[in-house]
Amino acid sequence: MKPAPFAWCAPATLDEALDLLAGHADAARILAGGQTLGPLLNMRLATPSILIDINGIGELAGLHPDSAGLTIGALTRQSTLEDDPKLAALQPLIAMAIPHIAHRAIRNRGTVGGSLAHADPAAEWPALATLLGAHLLARSKSRGRRLIGAEEFFITHLTTALAPDELLCEVRVPPSPPGAGYAMLEFARRHGDFALAGAMVRLTSDAGGKLTDPRLVLFGTGRRASRARRAEAMLAGVSAGTALFAAAAATAATEIDPYDDLHASAEYRRHLAAVLASRALEEALARMNGKRHD
Amino acid sequence: MNVRDFRHIGKEMAERPELRRFLSGQGRYIDDFALPHMLHAAVLRSPYAHAELRSLATAEARALPGVAGIFTAADLGPAPQPIPVRLNPYATLDPYLQYPLAAGRIRYVGEPLALVVAASRAIAEDAAALIAIKATELPAATDALADPPAALFPEAADNIACRFTDGFGDLGEAMQEAEEIVEFAFHTGRHSAVPLEARGLLAAFDPGRRRLDVFGFTKVPHFNRAVLARMLGLPERSLNIVVPDVGGGFGVRGEFYPEDFLIPFAAMRLGRPVKWIEDRLEHLMAANHSREQHYAMRLGLTRAGRLLGLEVQLVNDMGAYMRTHGVIVPELSAGMLPGPYRFTAYRCDVRAVMTNKTPTGTYRGPGRFECNAARERLLDVAAARIGIDPAEIRRRNFIPPDAMPYRLGTRALGEEVIYDSGDYPAALADVLARSGYKADRHAAPAGGPRRGFGIGCFVEKTGKGPYEGARVALDPSGVIEVATGATSLGQGLETMLAKVVAEAVFQAPERILVRSGETGLLQFGGGSFASRATVLAGNAAWQAAQELAGRLISAAAGRLGTTAGNLHLVPGAVAAADGNTLTLSELAHGADPLGPELAVTVYFPTPHMAYAHGAVVASVEVDPALGRVLPLRLWVSYDVGTVINPDIVGAQIEGGAAQAIGGALLEAFVYDSAGQLQNGSLADYLLPVADFVPPISHHDLGRSPSPLNPLGVKGAGEAGLVGVGAALANAVADALGLPAAVDRLPMTPERVWRWAQAVRAAA
Repeated sequence: MKPAPFAWCAPATLDEALDLLAGHADAARILAGGQTLGPLLNMRLATPSILIDINGIGELAGLHPDSAGLTIGALTRQSTLEDDPKLAALQPLIAMAIPHIAHRAIRNRGTVGGSLAHADPAAEWPALATLLGAHLLARSKSRGRRLIGAEEFFITHLTTALAPDELLCEVRVPPSPPGAGYAMLEFARRHGDFALAGAMVRLTSDAGGKLTDPRLVLFGTGRRASRARRAEAMLAGVSAGTALFAAAAATAATEIDPYDDLHASAEYRRHLAAVLASRALEEALARMNGKRHD
Repeated sequence: MNVRDFRHIGKEMAERPELRRFLSGQGRYIDDFALPHMLHAAVLRSPYAHAELRSLATAEARALPGVAGIFTAADLGPAPQPIPVRLNPYATLDPYLQYPLAAGRIRYVGEPLALVVAASRAIAEDAAALIAIKATELPAATDALADPPAALFPEAADNIACRFTDGFGDLGEAMQEAEEIVEFAFHTGRHSAVPLEARGLLAAFDPGRRRLDVFGFTKVPHFNRAVLARMLGLPERSLNIVVPDVGGGFGVRGEFYPEDFLIPFAAMRLGRPVKWIEDRLEHLMAANHSREQHYAMRLGLTRAGRLLGLEVQLVNDMGAYMRTHGVIVPELSAGMLPGPYRFTAYRCDVRAVMTNKTPTGTYRGPGRFECNAARERLLDVAAARIGIDPAEIRRRNFIPPDAMPYRLGTRALGEEVIYDSGDYPAALADVLARSGYKADRHAAPAGGPRRGFGIGCFVEKTGKGPYEGARVALDPSGVIEVATGATSLGQGLETMLAKVVAEAVFQAPERILVRSGETGLLQFGGGSFASRATVLAGNAAWQAAQELAGRLISAAAGRLGTTAGNLHLVPGAVAAADGNTLTLSELAHGADPLGPELAVTVYFPTPHMAYAHGAVVASVEVDPALGRVLPLRLWVSYDVGTVINPDIVGAQIEGGAAQAIGGALLEAFVYDSAGQLQNGSLADYLLPVADFVPPISHHDLGRSPSPLNPLGVKGAGEAGLVGVGAALANAVADALGLPAAVDRLPMTPERVWRWAQAVRAAA
């Protein structure tokens, strides 16, 4: 478990980093928190010839809330978010999801941008970005600044729309709609493991109690986290209820393309998706109605 | 001496001798040792499960700067020797032994093909990656139940390395008498110990003196020294074995593996010290696996729940080679399967089957984690069949305390199984009372989480002979030194010996210097395995220390001009009735070299093992819709005879239980049909973490000292593990409300979900 030889460089500025990326592109890997890349290097599953260590680029880290929402620098550590007392009010779903990301020691180093750029279909961040309608800012020497919608950003398993010379710099999350009720449920073999399946929900309603713009994202159940559009359509504009949720969850489970792996068959994942979606819808409704404050 | 008269034994120590070292970072583990001019090794391992090895092209690797040597099978000489079996070495197993490096046939993924030695581990790994392996792949045998089994060894007609039968009584008659026949199949998944510290070795050869120093044989150093000396053609006493601290043993560490030959061999050939530190990926494919067993059981009983006949077909997946444990794992399963119950007749037919998977050996509680789970599940199925509670069927069939000693009629580790003492009904009664068994099993809402309770009763073999030695000597400082061939694996050996010797020589435990494991200390040594150190080394030290006490008094009598009857030992001195004293230091300095030595060596033998026992209740919450199992609590009641140090025994119970939770719910090595290990890293091979291990409430019954040794002790190293898998499996079956559903471990979420679906389908 020793990495193959590689060159390491630590640019002090974003501009330098982009220059290096432009010069090496495919041969380079970005080193941020190193919580995924480190093991991949040690197991020689990744053998880049150059590592561009962005940890010294201070401008890439930090939270910037404004009227347009919350901008999170790519180098922001998961634990920085976890410890931010304002986060739960600004973005309740992100606050719910962070504790499920691996373990505290990993969250101390692991970064938001690293998780997004890695694009594991069972990870929390791609699902969050997808549900919340986030935009991701990529920068490069060849293309300049490029703002990519989450649903365009995540292409498939471990594959994003980032070009080889592009660096993910920040994620922009629109403001949480007033009165929204959120839920996030995932089932993993152990706490902190990648989810066998997970569901995230955001519910909002109009004055008459009809659901407006309901969002349901399933993750760990296909090549990428995805919105269950048909289930969402079933819920939009109607009054929420348990029977409807069960039907919507069942529909959502038909919208995914689950896979077999060591820990779960595709059939079981599809089943889990339906159970978790249904339970998450119930929880989100309870929160929207103010009956649940945990 | 009566138990209640002990001053140290059975009481906690203010400061256990090894704790300061471990807690302050002063433990010295194998990677803490370094020697000048030391080189580092990496093992090139097979990527194939089954293949004919054509060639290894090493030229490019040899040319890499920093590479000192590359060794393939051809470099090991014209007549390389295989690694022998340590326990119960039947000659019929010889065709299945492993050679240090594969030559010709490759039989598992991870099998060593070459050793690369270089200036650093990183360079050694770079070089290993440059070796081109030319091999012709062959179909892999991965299923021990396949019929007919594929032949993997040219010397053998098929894959079955060994068939044997254990049992007693007239099974035909017992089954004839039976009013109910219960058939049940059970499977335990392949898993193993994952110690915090993986294996490692450092070897250095002094060619002038032809002396070989080897660091790292912590477990059975005398045996490993003998094997290594024979393989290298050196006298045993040319080898100096240094035994470092270890971060967990659990059976897998310290056995003689291919690397234990390769590293010293390379050090001799290169004339420089060579170190090898096993990394985690290696450990999971190279160190012994264990536990993969299939049971097909047929139980005959009366409608009143009396057990009559038990007929079992047991298949043990051995993996690719016979390692140092030979077939003792299935032997232990077959010998211990009847557990604490009386059967009229029992027969277990065993097949030990070779497959293209990592070779197997022992893992803490070998054969008993498996057989106890199989039997205790079977009893729950039988109880449901005749309509009584699982606790009741056990009560009706326990071997009663007045039947002790009880000749079971089976064999284990090469000897007859004779339960020496124990009150099995008391253990169950105690654990039921403490757990409030099934008292808080609430009526669950449909589809929601369900609570379940399960029982696991066990008898546990401990203290495997034939002997262990201890030498107790007066040091000139006045300190008493005790040395033993048993080794410290983190099980508190030093505390145990310090207390036993302190008790016998009337000194403070802090004034006892404990030395263990090094082969130079004593001529013979067994080592630490099979819950034996306290039983054998403890009693050897006890007898040696008592004799030394007598010698100290006799020697002092001459010096003080009085008779031995007027003298007694006090802390630091021998004291006379008149108040005169002679310090132990004065006694040592004035000792007559021609007189009786102020040191006593005793080898304590035992012809039979001592049998501990206990009972476990597990409570779990099962979410049938998800398949999620949460262990809520474990209660363990156990009896290991005299307890030397209650804290240590309690920790053994807790640690064992945690490992059993892994085996019951999380851990299983998964192979595909090509024989590729699918979960060879800790990202996918799941160990129990803190949130998976519930509170464990344990209670020492302390009523059954062993009559087989003066201290009355039984081993406690494995007792915490062997009943917990059974209890968890029964608890999940109870929660699901279908007793026969749970037919394998580990109980993964998907399996639990499928069992729950079967419940719904049946309803």
